Amino acid sequence: MWWRSPSFILDKQQSDTVPHQRNPPDTLPLPLPSQPPFSMADTLQNPSPENNISAYYQTRAAHHAVVTGDWLAQAQAAIGRDPDDSTDTTVATVAGKPFSVIDEFNSWRKQPELAEAVAAIRALAAVIRNCQATTMMELEIELKKASDSLKSGDTTSISLTAGCDLFMRYVTRTSALEYEDFDSAKSRLIERAEKFGEISCKARRIIAMLSQDFIFDGCTILVHGFSRVVFEVLKTAAQSKKLFRVFCTEGRPDRSGLRLSNELAKLDVPVKLLIDSAVAYTMDEVDMVFVGADGVVESGGIINMMGTFQIALVAHSMNKPVYVAAESYKFARLYPLDQKDMVPALCPIDFGVPIPSKVEVETSARDYTPPQYLTLLFTDLGVLTPSVVSDELIQLYL
Amino acid sequence: MDPRRAPRTVSDPKVRKVGFFTDPPDRSLPGPPDHPISSFPTSPPSTIDNSPPSAGNSLSPVMIPPPRHSSSILSPLRRDPAEFFPLPASPTASTSFSDDVASTMKGRGVAAASSSLPGGLFFYIAAIKSAASSVPASGLTTVSVVNNLPIGIFEKGGGVAVEMQDDQSSRSKSLKEKTTKAERRALQEAQRAAKATAKAEDGKTPAAASGGAASVKSGKSVKPPPSQKNDSAALAALEKKAGDRPPEKDRKKEVPQPRMQFDDKSRVEKAKRRAVVKQTEARNRVELFRHLPQYERGTQRTELRSKFFELDPVHPAVYKVGLQYLYGDICGSNARCIAMLQAFQEAIKDYSTPSKKTLARDLTAKIGSYLSFLIECRPLSISMGNAIRFLKNRIAKLPLTLSELEAKATLRSDIDRFINEKIILADKVIVKHAVTKISDGDVLLTYGSPSAVEMVLLHAHELGKQFRVVVVDSRPKLEGQLLLHRLVGKGINCTYTHVNAISYIMHEVTRVFLGASSVLSNGTVYSKVGTACVAMVAHAFRVPVLVCCEAYKFHERVQLDSLCSNELGDPDVISKIHGREDINFLDGSTNSENLQLLNLIYDATPSDYISMIITDYGMVPPTSVPVIVRDYRREHLWI
Repeated sequence: MWWRSPSFILDKQQSDTVPHQRNPPDTLPLPLPSQPPFSMADTLQNPSPENNISAYYQTRAAHHAVVTGDWLAQAQAAIGRDPDDSTDTTVATVAGKPFSVIDEFNSWRKQPELAEAVAAIRALAAVIRNCQATTMMELEIELKKASDSLKSGDTTSISLTAGCDLFMRYVTRTSALEYEDFDSAKSRLIERAEKFGEISCKARRIIAMLSQDFIFDGCTILVHGFSRVVFEVLKTAAQSKKLFRVFCTEGRPDRSGLRLSNELAKLDVPVKLLIDSAVAYTMDEVDMVFVGADGVVESGGIINMMGTFQIALVAHSMNKPVYVAAESYKFARLYPLDQKDMVPALCPIDFGVPIPSKVEVETSARDYTPPQYLTLLFTDLGVLTPSVVSDELIQLYL
Repeated sequence: MDPRRAPRTVSDPKVRKVGFFTDPPDRSLPGPPDHPISSFPTSPPSTIDNSPPSAGNSLSPVMIPPPRHSSSILSPLRRDPAEFFPLPASPTASTSFSDDVASTMKGRGVAAASSSLPGGLFFYIAAIKSAASSVPASGLTTVSVVNNLPIGIFEKGGGVAVEMQDDQSSRSKSLKEKTTKAERRALQEAQRAAKATAKAEDGKTPAAASGGAASVKSGKSVKPPPSQKNDSAALAALEKKAGDRPPEKDRKKEVPQPRMQFDDKSRVEKAKRRAVVKQTEARNRVELFRHLPQYERGTQRTELRSKFFELDPVHPAVYKVGLQYLYGDICGSNARCIAMLQAFQEAIKDYSTPSKKTLARDLTAKIGSYLSFLIECRPLSISMGNAIRFLKNRIAKLPLTLSELEAKATLRSDIDRFINEKIILADKVIVKHAVTKISDGDVLLTYGSPSAVEMVLLHAHELGKQFRVVVVDSRPKLEGQLLLHRLVGKGINCTYTHVNAISYIMHEVTRVFLGASSVLSNGTVYSKVGTACVAMVAHAFRVPVLVCCEAYKFHERVQLDSLCSNELGDPDVISKIHGREDINFLDGSTNSENLQLLNLIYDATPSDYISMIITDYGMVPPTSVPVIVRDYRREHLWI
């Protein structure tokens, strides 16, 4: 068993001057963070662009990936702070105030149970609270600035962008604000913001309740990677004494499927772990596929962790339903036409053996699943078919 | 890209209705759910047994849900599929069947039978009849069902049935006050069917007994004689009688007038008498497209020119635009729409209300007369229809307090606003969205010369994107050459080809950009003929198809094919090629009875082939068109 290389978290710290470098996946459990780019690096380095490493997937990896505890402790000790903070070294300068949205956001983001969008919403609510503005317009501008700096901090996170946009709509689009004096309007905004944060938090429960009708006794569910919503769904089903078994994919590269299988085993749900390439082999036993989503796009398709598309393809060709569990703050006004038509989000991949520099490595962290391969989406707005997503988005944004 | 839905299955719903015969039998469920007739979607279940059956507001007049025990009587009929597909009228089949019925009837008990039988039989006849009328295409099996089954029934209980039926009708008369119109009508239909069946049976019994094959003729006689026309007439009469229903009348008003069908001789005659310009119709038209107007272009032109001084109601600006339509100088739905609106603007400027008339009414009538002139020059496009709807709405909503001058000024500025906001600004927004979908190294394909796409390409070029364009063109208009000329002039790398080579060129294309004349609410794109072909090939090659269309062209109509509503162009232009005398083989034979020329202008692209529609409300999938139509229709009208 080899360990996940911590390099992608650490290299970010080594700042922009040092080219991104991946440690040889040696059997040593403790690669030194300060390892210099020595000669091996030339041959082992993946030609991945240095600054495109997706912060979103870093956070995900930090929260869900299988990283041994002792390694994490050591790595953190070595750096002296949380790996997530890497982003704000560049972005914090944007918000040069005593109160920084980014700090606030990062402090929320550290909670593994809190989705990124909800963290952003909480951070924006804090912006309103701490705002020194005296007019509505000022407040709005400030809010806009804050959300822009949040968004620019991580362009690869769809739910962060969508959550910020939705929050702006939700907060500023209220006709009642026009006739009030500023202070009561502000308190009302804070109220709305908190309510929105609550709704977003409850979304996962709602989805779990909605999806219970679809899980029947004796069914076999295939899940891909670790998704908090899907886990909540399965947990609720297990708690309501449903009998089902779960196939977990390994979920390379961050191996988040292992974590899900761990958690499910704790709940006494029968789990089988598959490598990602065994999906087609096991599909005939599977009754339904459950996946989460990083973002739900306007066509009704989803953007999710790498491998979702091929699972959906296999399921579609074998006539198995593919269900997506996603909160409505993940609905984004994006419309990818094909796999390459997205902001690239890269994550480093460890192959366990040295890769010659001439070999190119596909490091994209996510793929796009077109709507025709999805059966239903479970959202806090209800159970939707893919084509309804666009209708909801039009109502939300126009 | 890919179809948004799984490809449509070709199972005909009519055929599916027949499928109930082979359903696995379920005696424990005698209720309506598994009954053949209740599989009609619109029939509400009747609540009272033996009450005259009710039918919804439906297309098929005989959707009669069964009374509860009648269906249990009939359940054996459904049980054995073999009984339903016998060799036509083999005696064993019919007798075994009738035995079955009889035994079930006995099983039900005499008391129950006496009360429920009439309803049951009566219902059953109706069921047969509906099966006969709704499944005309299913051929032999249906016919044999229709012929055999009633025989079985009437052999056993023939006379009784007629008597019972009388009873039924007299009872229904007393119920008449309570029943709704639809119920009464359904009853009427059922009685008629019963009579027809009885008649058929009279002539038919000996033949069936002797084991002769059921003839299609008798099947015909079982079918309801009333034609569609009679039905609608009866319906109309009924509706007139029920004069106390204003909501229905209102609803009727909202339904748009059906388009003029040009294969309806009498109506065409009438229209001709009204027409401003006399037009000769082309003689040899393709059978499927007889309902569309087609004129001989040459005669039309001379007629119009000579009539200029006689056509006094038409404003010169409108006249000019009409002639430009006729000669094809203005084409492209945006250009046509803008030209029309500007002509109307001129006309409104020169308009003065006659004495003793109000502006709102007289101007609407005036615009109507201009319109009919324009339509004679060339049928309106859907976008023009929407623009006219907007204009008429503005006129109708003019406050009465306005003076004539003010009213005219408001109208003209309204028209300006429509042109600016709905067309010019909308195009800018579309360009802004579409450019994001062009990346370096792309090969873009476009068909014809869509104005929005041209703007997109030029803008992308201005932004410095590196891409190549394939302009696909088609005879006879060769509009693509104009686009090609402009693109090459700007220094864009282009390839020019005809639609014949589409499957060859498609494999190197990464995006297809198309324009549209209209987008209908099922996502169907109605556009220049050939578009569907391009979209289909692109779909087969997994190339995303993007349609650029302003939202004012969206229409709430649904169209499934390009036959029922289309436009016919001049057939001469496809039979003749200018400057190539050596290959004009058709010169002598254009008037031959055997030759029918078809020059279609539009076609309908199913939404499956379209990845995205780029409109002024953003990029939406074709399934979201109805949302935009619904939510922004009012906005279109009011601005």
